[in-house]
Amino acid sequence: MAEVGGPVERPFPPGDYPLVVVGSGPGAIQVSYSLTRLGVPHAVLSRDPAPGGMFRRFPFFQRLLSWTKPYAPATRGGRAFERYDWNSLLAREGDDTPIAADEAVMVDLMDGTSEFPSRPEMEAGITEFARRTGVVVRFGCTWQSTAREEGPDDVRFLLRTSDGTYRARVLIFAVGVAEAWQPDTPGMEHVAHYVDTRPAAEYAGKRLFIIGKQNSGFELANGLLSYAERIVLASPRPARTSVETNSLVGIRARYVQPVEDHIMASGVHILNAAIERVEPVESGFVVHTRASADGAPLPVEADAVIAATGFTAPLLDLPALGVATFGQSRLPAMTDFWESATVPGIYFAGTIMQGAKGPLKYGIPSNSGAVHGARYNARILARHIAEQHFDGAPARPAVPPDRVAAYLAREASEAPELWNQKGYLARVLTLDDAAPGGRRRRTAGGAWRDDGILPLAHFADAGGPDAAAIAVEGDQAGVIRPALYIRRRGVVTEHLLDPHPLHAFASAEYRAAIVAALAGLGGAS
Amino acid sequence: MRERGPGTQSGELRDELARLALFADLEGAQLEAVAHIFEEAWYPAGTRVVRQGFAGSGFYVILDGEVNVVVDGQPRARLVRGDFFGEAAILLGESPIADIVADGPLRVLHLAGQDLRSFLLAYPRVTYRVLVDQTRRLRNANQWRR
Repeated sequence: MAEVGGPVERPFPPGDYPLVVVGSGPGAIQVSYSLTRLGVPHAVLSRDPAPGGMFRRFPFFQRLLSWTKPYAPATRGGRAFERYDWNSLLAREGDDTPIAADEAVMVDLMDGTSEFPSRPEMEAGITEFARRTGVVVRFGCTWQSTAREEGPDDVRFLLRTSDGTYRARVLIFAVGVAEAWQPDTPGMEHVAHYVDTRPAAEYAGKRLFIIGKQNSGFELANGLLSYAERIVLASPRPARTSVETNSLVGIRARYVQPVEDHIMASGVHILNAAIERVEPVESGFVVHTRASADGAPLPVEADAVIAATGFTAPLLDLPALGVATFGQSRLPAMTDFWESATVPGIYFAGTIMQGAKGPLKYGIPSNSGAVHGARYNARILARHIAEQHFDGAPARPAVPPDRVAAYLAREASEAPELWNQKGYLARVLTLDDAAPGGRRRRTAGGAWRDDGILPLAHFADAGGPDAAAIAVEGDQAGVIRPALYIRRRGVVTEHLLDPHPLHAFASAEYRAAIVAALAGLGGAS
Repeated sequence: MRERGPGTQSGELRDELARLALFADLEGAQLEAVAHIFEEAWYPAGTRVVRQGFAGSGFYVILDGEVNVVVDGQPRARLVRGDFFGEAAILLGESPIADIVADGPLRVLHLAGQDLRSFLLAYPRVTYRVLVDQTRRLRNANQWRR
């Protein structure tokens, strides 16, 4: 990797490219690697001086929420190990032979004191992955504006940067969702955002008011417990923990200590209240709140106020170009394949992918807002772009009918894509009635083909030949089970399989359940 | 990062909710709270937001756009801005009996199915509006049968 290895000529000078990726965080590095594996030529630009994206700076207290377990119940570096390693980027492509040197990068870099890597370890992991895999980035090149140019044959995008103008038919923005966002509440201009939190010692003996009760707010509260005299956290919605929601929605277990301190009335107060205004006074601030339950006003004095009020995606002028956005995070409206729903040819990678909601079964969102979800999306995105824009035709290996049930059951038991993106990604097998070369098969029922990992929503809605997809799903009660989806004559039906206490879904019992649901489709057994 | 803070969209979503019949009886702090209880989502045309026969569906309120209610492939009804859907399957503990398909770009509010009961109990004025709307739908269905 040129920029990491030493000062050599900067890659990707301004000019025409088939595709341009913007960013150098895990999302950009992963999608660039996957595009290269598929032979899609592209340039990668980043305003930063080195890889890492948001992990070059955050989390504030320097410890991630996502684990890498070196002694997991799977062979280190193997595919199944990815389920226990949420932080390494992916060098393998599905089941193919692993490139040993590139697997499970994070395990090699963590000091063993915690299964949650430190921020510097994560930053080093992204850099090391890029070095090992040869991902090249033009650093110090800031995307400034975007335009569309109608050519004689097609549409091209113009990307104006600090280094000059780039032209490309396809753009991928992997610019993160980590830009500070504060509401327009009166007085908020006096309040520091999470990203501007001062060193912890500066809050020693202070009365701290944190606006916001999601993970960033609780991360600060947890880290400042031993410094602040009193901590008040407030937002309109009651805080829920991940162990209450049985998902990654809510406050993660690592940050629950302030909740216990609140329950024990030990210097932490958690309020369900709207913030009406923040008033600067001589002694600091008065935060005027109004209780969500009964509208009762409550002014709270504080020496310091921090807005842990969320983050947005820095899309610059893309909305003016026609990219529709929604919600406070200003996420782009996307297709199931993370393409702008309103400006074809513009795609998104990394944490922005959380804008493509998927089925939202049981109200549980995807993990696309985290590395362990977005890394799989990036691989699918690269394949999709290769097929749609570069005449790529990825392999669709045949699956013998007598192996279909065993294959689906094994995927439900082990596939990291299905476990890390529960209810969002699925392994898809399609009955292909066309023989190689486009000739129609003479045998009835066609042949099973492995279409790889695809968004479940796409499988459910896109139509097509008879097919089967397996996903892993968790519900609101914390029950995890395989979910089989079968498409016959264009209609997709859901078949929920039984849960298992140890999540062992590859047994004869599960294979039999799959065979029964397929009911002879394509001769599957 | 995936977070939404207080005051989120306070100037936009709260005011938007206030203009919808479903939330018309709520006042300031309640509207602010409701704006934080729901999640916003955006779907391209043709998306099945609710899928017939699929477990674990949610409750939705249309902010922008329109949807078709489709049973076994046959369009049965049309819902527009301010309408809501998904509550019947949740309240009855069954899988949806219809697809809800976006007819054009669709922006909605979403509430997980398991959170609907506590929401309706916490906001009885919204529950009353839901009841009125359900009664109207039932009446229309009965008229259609005659």
